[in-house]
Amino acid sequence: MKTKVAIIGAGISGASIARVLSRYENLEVHLIEKAPDVGWGVSKANTALIHGGYDDDPEKYPMRAKLCIRGNRLWHQWVKELEIPHVWNGALIVATKDEDFDELEKLLERGRQNGVPEMRLVDRGELFHLEPDLTPEAIGALWVPIVGQIGPIPAVIAITENAVANGVKTHLETEVTGIKVENGEVRGVETKDGFIEADIVINAAGLYADRIARMAGIDYFEIHPRKGEYWLFDEGLPGPRRVLFPTPTPISKGIVVTTEISGHLMIGPNAQDLPQEEKENLSTTREGLEEVWEGAKKLWPQLPPRSKVIRTFAGLRPEPSGGDFIIKAEEEVGGFINVAGIRSPGLTSAPAIAYEVAEIIQRDLGIKLVEKSKWNPYRKEISHLFMMSPEGVNEAVKRNPSYGKVVCRCNNVSEGDVLEAIERMKFIGVKTPSVDSVKFRTKATTGTCQGSFCRPKIVMLLAREYGVEPWKVTLKGKGSEIGVGDVKALLRGDA
Amino acid sequence: MFPGIPMLNYDVVVIGGGPAGMAAAVRAKELGLNVLLLDENDYLGGILPQCIHPGFGLHYFREELTGPEFAARLAKRLVELGVEYRTAARVMEIRNYSDLEKVVIFTSPSGAYQAWAKAIIYAAGARERHAFEIGIVGDRVAGVYTAGEAQTLMDIYGVMPGREVVIVGSGDVGLIMARRFALEGAKVKAVVELMPYPGGLARNVMILRDFDIPLYLSHKVVEVRGRGRVEKVKVVKVDENLNEIPGSEFWIEADTLIISAGLVPSVKKLTAIGVEIDPSTGGPVVNDRLETSVPGVFVAGNALLINDLVDYVAEQGELAAEGAKEFIENGGIGSRKWIRVEKGENVRLLAPHRLSGERDVYLYLRVARPMEDVELRIPEVGKRVKLSLATPAEMLRVKLKAEEIRNSEKLTVEVVRE
Repeated sequence: MKTKVAIIGAGISGASIARVLSRYENLEVHLIEKAPDVGWGVSKANTALIHGGYDDDPEKYPMRAKLCIRGNRLWHQWVKELEIPHVWNGALIVATKDEDFDELEKLLERGRQNGVPEMRLVDRGELFHLEPDLTPEAIGALWVPIVGQIGPIPAVIAITENAVANGVKTHLETEVTGIKVENGEVRGVETKDGFIEADIVINAAGLYADRIARMAGIDYFEIHPRKGEYWLFDEGLPGPRRVLFPTPTPISKGIVVTTEISGHLMIGPNAQDLPQEEKENLSTTREGLEEVWEGAKKLWPQLPPRSKVIRTFAGLRPEPSGGDFIIKAEEEVGGFINVAGIRSPGLTSAPAIAYEVAEIIQRDLGIKLVEKSKWNPYRKEISHLFMMSPEGVNEAVKRNPSYGKVVCRCNNVSEGDVLEAIERMKFIGVKTPSVDSVKFRTKATTGTCQGSFCRPKIVMLLAREYGVEPWKVTLKGKGSEIGVGDVKALLRGDA
Repeated sequence: MFPGIPMLNYDVVVIGGGPAGMAAAVRAKELGLNVLLLDENDYLGGILPQCIHPGFGLHYFREELTGPEFAARLAKRLVELGVEYRTAARVMEIRNYSDLEKVVIFTSPSGAYQAWAKAIIYAAGARERHAFEIGIVGDRVAGVYTAGEAQTLMDIYGVMPGREVVIVGSGDVGLIMARRFALEGAKVKAVVELMPYPGGLARNVMILRDFDIPLYLSHKVVEVRGRGRVEKVKVVKVDENLNEIPGSEFWIEADTLIISAGLVPSVKKLTAIGVEIDPSTGGPVVNDRLETSVPGVFVAGNALLINDLVDYVAEQGELAAEGAKEFIENGGIGSRKWIRVEKGENVRLLAPHRLSGERDVYLYLRVARPMEDVELRIPEVGKRVKLSLATPAEMLRVKLKAEEIRNSEKLTVEVVRE
């Protein structure tokens, strides 16, 4: 008999757990997500950093301190196995005042305690060699070469595809309404689409992890949304080579200046604590964006003009009471494991969190995990026209002419790329066609024109491949339909 | 140069199959050049097939046509002449090896190719400014479209984007989309214009009265709110320096926000080969053959500067083709002392930037602010043209005769009160 595992939440944590648990012969893994696609919650909008693991105090936040550096090391392997876009460019924590060095010394010491390799202080000369266009106010920095950047949603997608290939079952657009507990043991998960039986329930519900825990009768923690806002600039504008942090204050790691993996200069985030009920508040604000702008200018004085902005966005981090990750099997409810409060550095920690959960299942739930004789660690990245040489294009069009046809002109995304993305959406169980699902897989609509040329074409391809009317295709799930009907619908009075 | 992909050879490759590109290709073929036209869409015409309203062609065809009709006429001529063209063909890169050797690498459903040419006519049009570029904050929800995107959805794909619409920008495109929405039964709740005057041609401003659509001058949309879809937009009044007036904010409920905040010439492929850009037009700096600062690379249409009449776009295409002919025939445009054209008072942008004085030329320009009863003057040559009205909405086109300007070093163009 297989042990049935239900993971609630297909973000970076839930997906990573699903992948790691898919290694075991004696587990039947279900990944449950209320959004139409994976990675659309907390994982969607963040700084996309694989942190160095030097800033979490092991006394105060032992889980964060331990899992961040372990996660960083694991990502080196995962990005290769899963072909996740990434760059290992290192970070500089920049000092602009003499007092800043006290803080940097502290970080260096903490890094040593946490086992972070290769960190050191650099003087002004070396600093400007590493980062020539930094603010002239900079006087030195802490250099953390092991820091990197990945595409966070592409990572969740890659991990989920691999998990599904290894037997994980996904339940997308499936909102959890209750946890069934009998005699102090979990029995399964109630959803709007029926009951999913489970011997183990893993709560990786991000901002809603407190709500899910309460469904199982566990109420010792709360999750608060903390908003961060970002600016993203057009390609081809000068940005830093490394990830630039200011010297942190007791409140914040500060506003980062970085060139994200697609080559766009990005600045952010600020930090604004929101009330409990605002877990869906992803609005950008004038004040928040200005705060980010001013903060970023301190490190990178040559910010481009505002007309070169191609997008502003906001993300929410789930801040737990107590501040540390809550990763444990709850004693009063047998089989219930919390993976809650996965705030920064959650993306970095995700693979380590997944192994931690596997350990908890063995150690605390007493289930001996049996490895599969054949587990496939690999996943192939989807075809990207922008990565093909002209000869490569000719090879691809022999298979399918649509690989030679460009849909998104800003990022050179082909119709073939889009069709492959749709195939992969279907593979992991995406039921509602949405432009965002295609965007996160192909980069279409993320360029200079922000989709005004390609979005209608993508809508038509989604409509065809999903067999729905084009106006029913969504931007980002139900309630965000592209149109209200055919062009005569209002005149006929039937829309 | 690119082993493994087929090599093609032409006199001239025209990039873009809209009115500028088609007119250029037709003219080049008429002049006896071996020409290839490339367009990324499945159909020729560029943006015209989605412009189903009339108002096209009065100058060029001496007849009022719709966009698709205008495009069809040019396409018919193209086919009759046997111009080689490829649709669904996207230029990935242009390389300029020397003045006589250029290569255009493009992909298409039949594969990637390298097309070598002596001259290139670049007519790739423009893109629209989007919501993020004009500083709108709030929720990123469905229902926010650029005017062109909404037009594509409605007039190419037959999709009705929304029921209650707010339009940002009272330029021609915004006004025409206001009418388009109203005609299809949507409620256009407001057109919001940053400037104290409407941005469109007078005949298009009439649309607002015809359809009883409120126009908010000196206002801007600053925020969008909604869950999945736009629910309301925040509007604020601005003062004469375009600064927001605190306390003047109000919300308009709507499910659709259309951004029609101007066009930006598409020039990334040109800047990549070092073409000099004029910051005021956003397009290349050109001479009176419409040749850019890279020898043998010509530009026409909205990639040169944003035009308001398709007739001018087609005219520029022909001119670029004539330039390409001269370039190819003589192995380059002859060296000369070019007459510099400079912006004087109340001139926001102009092109071309350098004149040979050897040929008659059309000067295209826009004023900075609206003025009645003005004169366009070029003091160096004593030229004066009376205009009853000059607005930034309307591109001015002035013909300069070769003999008028031949002996000048520099021309300053100003639009001032009589």
